[in-house]
Amino acid sequence: MAPTVTTSTPANGVVDLRASSTREVNELLSSPGSPAALTITHPEGAHALACGLDADLDVTIDGHVGYYCAGMNQKATVTIAGNAGVGVAENMMSGRIHVKGDASQSAGATAHGGLLVIDGNAAARCGISMKGVDIVVGGDIGHMSAFMGQAGRLVVCGNAGEALGDSIYEARLYVRGTVASLGADCVKKEMRDEHLAELKELLDAAGMTHDPSEFTRYGSARQLYNFHVDNASAY
Amino acid sequence: MTTPIHSTRLRESATFDRSVIAEIQRAAETGIYDIRGWGAKRALPHFDDLLFLGASVSRYPLEGYREKCDTDVVLGDTHAKFPLHLDIPITIAGMSFGALSGQAKEALGRGASEVGTSTTTGDGGMTPEERGQSKNLVYQYLPSRYGMNPVDLRKADAIEIVLGQGAKPGGGGMLLGQKITERVAGMRTLPMGVDQRSACRHPDWTGPDDLAIKILELREITNWEKPIYVKVGATRTYYDVKLAVKAGADVVVVDGMQGGTAATQEVFIEHVGIPTLAAIPQAVQALQEMGVHRSVQLIVSGGIRSGADVAKAMALGADAVAIGTAALIALGDNSPRYAQQYEELGSAAGYYDDFQAGRDPAGITTQDPELAKNLDPVEGGRRLANYLRVLTMEAQTLARACGKSHLRNLEPEDLVALTVEASAMARVPLAGTNWIPGRY
Repeated sequence: MAPTVTTSTPANGVVDLRASSTREVNELLSSPGSPAALTITHPEGAHALACGLDADLDVTIDGHVGYYCAGMNQKATVTIAGNAGVGVAENMMSGRIHVKGDASQSAGATAHGGLLVIDGNAAARCGISMKGVDIVVGGDIGHMSAFMGQAGRLVVCGNAGEALGDSIYEARLYVRGTVASLGADCVKKEMRDEHLAELKELLDAAGMTHDPSEFTRYGSARQLYNFHVDNASAY
Repeated sequence: MTTPIHSTRLRESATFDRSVIAEIQRAAETGIYDIRGWGAKRALPHFDDLLFLGASVSRYPLEGYREKCDTDVVLGDTHAKFPLHLDIPITIAGMSFGALSGQAKEALGRGASEVGTSTTTGDGGMTPEERGQSKNLVYQYLPSRYGMNPVDLRKADAIEIVLGQGAKPGGGGMLLGQKITERVAGMRTLPMGVDQRSACRHPDWTGPDDLAIKILELREITNWEKPIYVKVGATRTYYDVKLAVKAGADVVVVDGMQGGTAATQEVFIEHVGIPTLAAIPQAVQALQEMGVHRSVQLIVSGGIRSGADVAKAMALGADAVAIGTAALIALGDNSPRYAQQYEELGSAAGYYDDFQAGRDPAGITTQDPELAKNLDPVEGGRRLANYLRVLTMEAQTLARACGKSHLRNLEPEDLVALTVEASAMARVPLAGTNWIPGRY
């Protein structure tokens, strides 16, 4: 059966996850009486924490989180003072998620909007099937990142792993360091003034100070949008 | 001088028959595999290979026109706050807006709602028309996540996590460029006119342990209100069902290889998966061994056409069935009234399966606004409701004959098989014997 919980707003704006369950915290954050700001302590790698938020909330998680933290976020700002497990900010619609440590695989997967900032590294499949989100990674990203990226921007201040942007649609990728290899239909592109300008905005929004001119832009060659037998070897 | 050959001396190769030759010639001409809609067209062991044992001396029947035979079903009452209560155990399978016209989706919602059952979104998100006309709407959660958003997720009555479908287990969706109109492209965040090939794997989890956490996340986002289904294409069904249950599914949907699709490779449709008949006993065995048969509900799809098919699937242990191809036929797909238009497309009424082309004269598998006008959603919905009522009455007729006051009371003991293959797959005796191949 569905767990029965009772929620109440803590007087000091702090919830200790050793004393409260994930269900209680999530129900509190989704309730009409949710506090505008909340700090969650001792998350101990809890899964699905602060997911499905749909209000202008400011949530700080003091520690490491498990899978799907802040999944499907709308409007809220969630700061993770630690590392994040698989699928942080998956399918985010809006708002801002800030991971101060590293993120596991599939960070920002399928996300439609908002800003995901990862100060450290992100593992494989960062921005997979991204649909409009902006992602800024301070360190490196793993293989198959931005796979089938449909829309949005992915900024990587370090290096990118193998098969970057495989089968990419219209997402734009900016990488400061090296790219181990590009995926099918992903190519290096000219860095024009408008790209330098949007990259500067993204770096500023993420609180990063790198020079945009140090980055290289990648995107879709649009050669695989419609099947042609001469491209069969590309698949 | 050439010697005339009498037609009776012509011998067609069983290996290279005319359809095989035509396919080789087509492949050589175009350089691309054949893509089509519909499901498997090859002959397979199916529900027609089973018969009911009506009551006589050893069993007591119910009066066919007087005594009640109930048909309702509750889906997802294990974990969800709000399980689905359906009046009939025949649901409408997931089919996307994009693959189908807006009119077709509306008609499916209207027809399903009229008889108190559910309909299902597809790989492309939820449309307002569909939500508005569907009393019970199941929202599919697919690898592509096209159109996926928490607002629609919370509007749904249930969530179906799709791991595969019977027409193409192991493959992703496909929607060719001619159907990626401005509206479809907008809903899926894709450029107009691209050949959309959906991912076959979910982007943010990789195995059954991850699936358990994904189900937890969806429950948290929807406040534990919605039943969570897990849909698999029928392959290693015994293991897949066990893993789905272990991951926390409220309902497991098993789609056999006769299940339809809007578009995929012919080679996929005809050569991957197992028949629906073979999948059901595997699924039921898995549920029984885990002690959750009937508490975790089983929905079976893939080739359901008649009330007899419904009753047989339920007798084998399904709690409900889902129909897709049959529902489209009820709306008007392959109707003789479009015979001339089908011929102009190089097909014929009863054969048309080029759903990928978007030129459906019935206005169902198209995004062409002019063609879509050929389907009146109100009239189509009425035809679907009629058809669903017929399926229900046929199933009730068979259940009463077997002495059952509720469709769910049908059981394998009510069935025998006509062929050795069907007997082995369905695990019911060959007619006139006590023999089940591989068991006794």
